[in-house]
Amino acid sequence: MIAGTRPDAAAGPETGPAWADPRQWKRAGIGALILGLVIVIVFPLIFTDATVSNIAVQTVIFVAVASAWNIFSGYSGYLSLGHAIFFGTGAYAVGIIARDWQLNGSSVFALLPLAGLIATMIAIPLGLIALRVRRHTFVVITIAFFFIAQLSASNLAITGGSSGLLAPVPNWSPDTFNDPFYYVGLVIALGTIALSYLIRRSRFGLQLRAIRDDEDRAVGLGVRAMPVKLTAFAISGFITAMAGGLWFYFLSQTFPQFAFDPLFDLAIVLMAFFGGLGTVAGPVLGALVLEPVQLYLNLRLTNDYLSEILLGVLFLVIILFMPRGVLPTAGEFITARIARGRDDGAQGGRGE
Amino acid sequence: MARQILEAIADGILGGGVYALMAAGLTLIFGVLDIINIAQGILVVLGAYLSYVLSVHLHIDLFVGLAITIPVMFVIGVAIQWLFIRPLRGSERTSMTLLASYAVALIIEGILYWVFGPNFVALNAWYTQPNASVKIFGFYVGDIYLFGFGLAVAVVAVLYWLLYRTKFGRAVRATMQDLTAARLVGIEVNRVAAITFGIGVAITAVGGMMYGATTGAFSPNSGYDLISRLLAIIILGGLGSVGGAMAAAIFMTTAEALVDIWQPNWAVAVFYLALVLVLLFKPTGIFGRTAARAQ
Repeated sequence: MIAGTRPDAAAGPETGPAWADPRQWKRAGIGALILGLVIVIVFPLIFTDATVSNIAVQTVIFVAVASAWNIFSGYSGYLSLGHAIFFGTGAYAVGIIARDWQLNGSSVFALLPLAGLIATMIAIPLGLIALRVRRHTFVVITIAFFFIAQLSASNLAITGGSSGLLAPVPNWSPDTFNDPFYYVGLVIALGTIALSYLIRRSRFGLQLRAIRDDEDRAVGLGVRAMPVKLTAFAISGFITAMAGGLWFYFLSQTFPQFAFDPLFDLAIVLMAFFGGLGTVAGPVLGALVLEPVQLYLNLRLTNDYLSEILLGVLFLVIILFMPRGVLPTAGEFITARIARGRDDGAQGGRGE
Repeated sequence: MARQILEAIADGILGGGVYALMAAGLTLIFGVLDIINIAQGILVVLGAYLSYVLSVHLHIDLFVGLAITIPVMFVIGVAIQWLFIRPLRGSERTSMTLLASYAVALIIEGILYWVFGPNFVALNAWYTQPNASVKIFGFYVGDIYLFGFGLAVAVVAVLYWLLYRTKFGRAVRATMQDLTAARLVGIEVNRVAAITFGIGVAITAVGGMMYGATTGAFSPNSGYDLISRLLAIIILGGLGSVGGAMAAAIFMTTAEALVDIWQPNWAVAVFYLALVLVLLFKPTGIFGRTAARAQ
């Protein structure tokens, strides 16, 4: 790959500028991380406007979903265009259980892990079937499964059919109505990012990426491909369903076409691609940029179709001109600059 | 009951001809270019809208209008391939082209919504009226189904002639078998790819007209339903196998028509259920070649 090449190695052994020192970068990175954490924690206290906090809630939900998608698809290379199955399952699981057990208020949040478990139980047989085939067939099968799920939501008695499902009404003050949703979403999102980071650094993550690069060779080297892929798929589904359940409770109702939305699948793929597929920060950046933009456009444009066209155009632009995402492209640029201003014997920067 | 079953089988076979056409285009594109064109569903709807415009505003007969819509769709197909598919290369090409075609589908859907609105429209002509039918062996068959099936057979015949009796067809089949070898013997692979994509999309003009005339009503949203069925069909038939896709199309629509007698709500699930069952036992599809190409 291009990363790690030194286009200008002849520049000589002079020391580079301070900004090109990798240790400086690491320190700056940790500082930025802490600053970012503080900002996201106090965010609802500063921006109390309902429109802004509404966008913030949906954005943290999509940070979690895009990262969860990336844990499976970004690391393993198997693109899933059916994650709305888990999102919708989470929404419906929370809705049905809350209705039948007559839960309301903050106890509904306790259902989120349960919704995750239900989605995992769906993900495992689904993965056992779909992960037997190679990549492009897998994509198609996830799409087919997605339509089965949407059809089931419309036709099963338990889901309320096409009239959809209502969430219980939260019992907290309307002034800070969005805050509990925001913080629950934030916990899920931060947990997902941490998990994504840990998986990427682990043996498990290495096996996933070996499968992405060359599955036959990975199997030849002793990677048990099926359990590895299936575990990642199940983890990804678990988190996506938790996010889906929260999203449903926040928006207070859902319909089959709304919970199982093909645009959802495309939107999270776009987020991951935008930031950088298979990186930890890429999907987070993608969700932070694209979800607010999309919600803002939906608010401002009375014409829904225009935002659909824009989504498509943006996707094409990224695929054609920046297929590896913003972060890897920027990372390469920085790595190249660092490499240029440093001794040949120095340790390599990681560039991500 | 026996009568109902026979009727369902007849419906399935006649209706299957249309799906066979659309799926043949999709699987042909996969076989030559190694890409899955997600936009095929919405392109069928676009073809239906083109027929709609011609018949409502210019009063051109649906079948005569195909003389205009087929070349138009061919040009659209070549343009999509040239602009968005051809530039994509590298190891992740299959996934990337799939996403690119999904994005194209989204743009076309948005434009259709913009121009035509979300309301359902239908294609009408004298042969689509409910009472325009002929009696065959005691069953009434709608004229449009009969005409459409005849047209589907004709188009498939032309397709086969093109693939197996012309120099271009030989180039296409060579490219399907081995891209590098085809290039080495002097086939202009890029041109073959562009024309094949164009043909695969041009077929949707026929498929779209038939779809619009037989389903009763369609809207820009119909593309999703179509593409999910088409994907199930081409996987069941084995990716890249034109004959397999056509057999799978007729099998699927017949099965759907049969289930529809007892369970109308779940009839479409037959498509996907059949897909799951086949994949459990034979991951390459019924007529599939072994494990596609190495990645």
